[in-house]
Amino acid sequence: MEFLVASAIGVLSAAGIYLILRGRSFPVIIGMTFLSYGVNVFLFAMGRLSVDRPPIISSDTTIYADPLPQALVLTAIVISFGMTALIVVLALRGFLETGSDRVDEGIPKLPEPAEERLTS
Amino acid sequence: MNIVLLPLMPLLAAIFPPLAIRSGRTLCAVAAAVPTVAALLILAAAAPAVYRGEIVRATYEWLPQFGLSFSVFLDGLGFFFAAMILGIGLLIIIYSRFYLSQDDPMGRFYAYLLLFQGAMVGVVVSDNILLLVVFWELTSLSSFLLIGYWRALPEGRQGARMALVVTGGGGLLLLAGLLLLGQIAGSYELTEILQRGDVIKASPLYLPMLLLVLGGAFTKSAQFPFHFWLPHAMAAPTPVSAYLHSATMVKAGVFLMARLWPALAGTEAWFLIVSMTGLITMLIGAWIALFKDDLKAILAYSTVSHLGLMTMLLGLGTPMAAVVAVFHILNHATFKAALFMSAGIVDHEAGTRDIRRLGGLLHLMPISATLALVAAGSMAGLPLLNGFLSKEMMLEEVVHTPYAGNPWIMPTLATVGALLSVAYSARLAVATYLGRVRTDYPHHPHDPPVGLWIPVAVLVVPVIAIGLLPALIAGPVVERTALAVIGSQALPSYYLALWHGFTPALMMSVVAFVGGAALLMAFKPLDRLRLATPRPEAKRIFDRVLDSAARGSRVVVATLHTESLPRYFATIIVAIIVVGGAGFMTGTHAAGTRAPLPVNGPALVIWATLLATSLAVAVLHANRLLTLILTSLVGLGVSIAFIQFSAPDLALTQISVEVVMTILLLLALNLLPRTTPRETGAIRRMWDGVIACSAGLGLAGLAYAVMTRDFQPISEYHLAQSKPGGGGTNVVNVILVDFRGFDTFGEIIVLCIAALAIYALLDSSLKGAAARRLESMHQGDEAADAHPLMLVVVTRALLPLAMTVGAFIFLRGHNQPGGGFIAGLVVAIALLMQAMASGYVWTAERLRLNAHTMLGVGVLLAGLTGLGSLLFGRPFLTSTFGYVHLPVIGEFELATAMAFDTGVFFAVVGTVLLSLAQIARVEARAERKPVPLGPSDIRLKRMAATVAPPTTVHGKEP
Repeated sequence: MEFLVASAIGVLSAAGIYLILRGRSFPVIIGMTFLSYGVNVFLFAMGRLSVDRPPIISSDTTIYADPLPQALVLTAIVISFGMTALIVVLALRGFLETGSDRVDEGIPKLPEPAEERLTS
Repeated sequence: MNIVLLPLMPLLAAIFPPLAIRSGRTLCAVAAAVPTVAALLILAAAAPAVYRGEIVRATYEWLPQFGLSFSVFLDGLGFFFAAMILGIGLLIIIYSRFYLSQDDPMGRFYAYLLLFQGAMVGVVVSDNILLLVVFWELTSLSSFLLIGYWRALPEGRQGARMALVVTGGGGLLLLAGLLLLGQIAGSYELTEILQRGDVIKASPLYLPMLLLVLGGAFTKSAQFPFHFWLPHAMAAPTPVSAYLHSATMVKAGVFLMARLWPALAGTEAWFLIVSMTGLITMLIGAWIALFKDDLKAILAYSTVSHLGLMTMLLGLGTPMAAVVAVFHILNHATFKAALFMSAGIVDHEAGTRDIRRLGGLLHLMPISATLALVAAGSMAGLPLLNGFLSKEMMLEEVVHTPYAGNPWIMPTLATVGALLSVAYSARLAVATYLGRVRTDYPHHPHDPPVGLWIPVAVLVVPVIAIGLLPALIAGPVVERTALAVIGSQALPSYYLALWHGFTPALMMSVVAFVGGAALLMAFKPLDRLRLATPRPEAKRIFDRVLDSAARGSRVVVATLHTESLPRYFATIIVAIIVVGGAGFMTGTHAAGTRAPLPVNGPALVIWATLLATSLAVAVLHANRLLTLILTSLVGLGVSIAFIQFSAPDLALTQISVEVVMTILLLLALNLLPRTTPRETGAIRRMWDGVIACSAGLGLAGLAYAVMTRDFQPISEYHLAQSKPGGGGTNVVNVILVDFRGFDTFGEIIVLCIAALAIYALLDSSLKGAAARRLESMHQGDEAADAHPLMLVVVTRALLPLAMTVGAFIFLRGHNQPGGGFIAGLVVAIALLMQAMASGYVWTAERLRLNAHTMLGVGVLLAGLTGLGSLLFGRPFLTSTFGYVHLPVIGEFELATAMAFDTGVFFAVVGTVLLSLAQIARVEARAERKPVPLGPSDIRLKRMAATVAPPTTVHGKEP
């Protein structure tokens, strides 16, 4: 099972990284989402895998899955939602302002102001 | 009195003159004078102690971990300088009141002046050398403001910038040097450092430290080759030149060398560098001064020359030379400030400062001309004036100083310096005040108001008094100051007097006077000769250096800042791969020993689906809608994985976030292009693939290596304390709202900030270029019915049910999977469903609590719950719980963490609703669809159009 999880982490992250290297905003957003999946599962896996041992205290058992990575990943999922929403809106606004969704070229440069010279 | 007030009072009082200007210019000047006088009084109160030989100190902690404390001390040297700064400062304040014209903003001038005064006093009384650097840089900044006071003048702005670049840059060198010094000496307190001269001089870091400190001192005191900024700073109003560029700021470098004299002086390096720099500066400054025609330019170069003289004296490294340096600092401050103010008077009265257009002013303005002539005589070194005494003593000192084994070098060059000094002083005096009266002045000059010449007179009095009775007037000051400079060494026996007999120094003086006169006779041919030879222009070199620095940084920025997001990402990821790869190559690779879990069938299916969809997305991402669907499939797979591996909370969160995210992306996609054009070539795609696969391989390998190894979790405490300490059995939820509640509190604030940023980003897109683009968008009629009746009815019927589920998940969260985060997401989805089915406006109208309020309520509730624990004397966010017995329902548990979780709930609902509602609003604008009011949205579109003209409302705008 560990191999399956590890390889899934690898594939999710690789797909995410490939997508964030594209030149348009939408694939970058999707790539970030994939990276979030990969990284969240990775963090979760740091508490090792266990089956049928949810960290809910009961009198039947004394062995539980590690709750700390779970708590951290829970907040990570919600935060990455907030961040994704923000970059989606950034991309949207950028597209509406410039008419282009490219992220691999800068905005047109303004001419630089003339330098002041010492005149004596 | 507390001497901390010495620097602080002028600094803090700097706000008063701009306020007082409304009540008149005189009151404005008074507002500047009062703190100065008060500081002088504090200084006077400390005088008896200082002159008994005590050191007055005051220390406050600032950043003790960095060795920075707000500690000040007053000994002979600090007292001397502080008195000079405040005393001359007061005269300058009086002078400026009459000098500045009606149009000059006087409040701002005095504010800058007080800022400078406080900073300068701070430099001379600082005990902590880091504090000294802070004040040092403040003097650079405030002098920048003062030099550029006349903002309309390009010379003022450029001169201010040049002064800032040179002295500010020097300040950085000084900072580095003093940090080194503190490291070597083991303390940042001057009083300690000065005791450890031997340790410092023996350190291998002595030379680099010395060079850095001298870099700071030389730039500030305009020593060669940094002398060029001072003449350009003369674009400042004359009171500023008189104050900063003769008496105070430019002496900061000299002060620093005197202050650190016991710790640094006396080595070969010190002698060679400092005395030679001083000597060269003295000669170059005097030589250029001789040929300038602008009164202030002559005085500026003369100041450069005299600063060189002081530097040279300090560089000699003998106690006697230090005494002379102190004496000359005092004398120079008096006559040079007087001369600057006189130049200001000439400019004010005659309308020009060009000595070729001046002459005979002695007859037109007898009082101020007499004062100026006396001061100029002192500058030339005429007997009976104070300049003569310190010059004689300087010449006496160099006679005993061989340089590089040759006893003639120093005396000869010093005599040449004195000779040039005589020549330019005489030229200034003769051309301006003597000679026949001219009639072609721009306006008719006469003696100025008393307020302008009184400050000059006050300075000329000591010029004469010290010149006649040096031991009586200046003796105690020089002795106490010199004692502070030379530190633990014994004061040499010296005798401040007018007549020392026929000494070599007197002979050199005579040579200087005769030679100076001869030089003036030969001025015209000399000037022609000088103009014919090429001269290096320091200012042009400075400009060129600045230009190439700007060009260089532009090239660097252009290379690094390509504005290509893929390139930045690639750089970051490749860097991480390289670091990780290096670690992998150098480490050991033993396999883990933890027994793997057995693979089951469903897990294999989910794994295969995840792999297949990920690959499909990477290949097929050009079709954006398909990509989105595949992505949500992956999210679903991840949720199932969480269920499999005993993380029900995570599974619930992931799946609800997945729903919200998919809706969000769908909404965004509606406005974005539907496909991604294939723009990158095959080779680039291959490279990207290689990068992505290497990173993925690394992550997979790392994850596998960790998972196959045993470990000692730190969560045993959380598991053990969850029920007894936190009152809940769902450990994940108890961690979130209790053990690590502060993290969660921070997190919901981040969420709220993100939501507000989204709101701001989209709210303003309803105007400008974005709005025009929105209006030009035409949406296809993909759905015949925007609000299908079926969907509307079902969602409305489902709403109470969904809300109940939300409440259920929330309430049981402390003990079973659930909690504020998940409940918030579920409720948000239920509300979003209404918006999707019945329209945004319909929903918004019925939602009594809008998203902004929810955000506020959420954060406030969570914060107040945390603060509540303070009332009981516990730390922030300490939770408590108890069991309440209610009839019928029975006993149940009530924890303060519940209130906190409610805050989380509201923050999450608010964030989701605000982001999505905002996108929906923008979308409504693009569709230019009349947003129906009231329940009419259930009706079919065509009917609405025929029955009544619909009220056209675009979004929220009327």
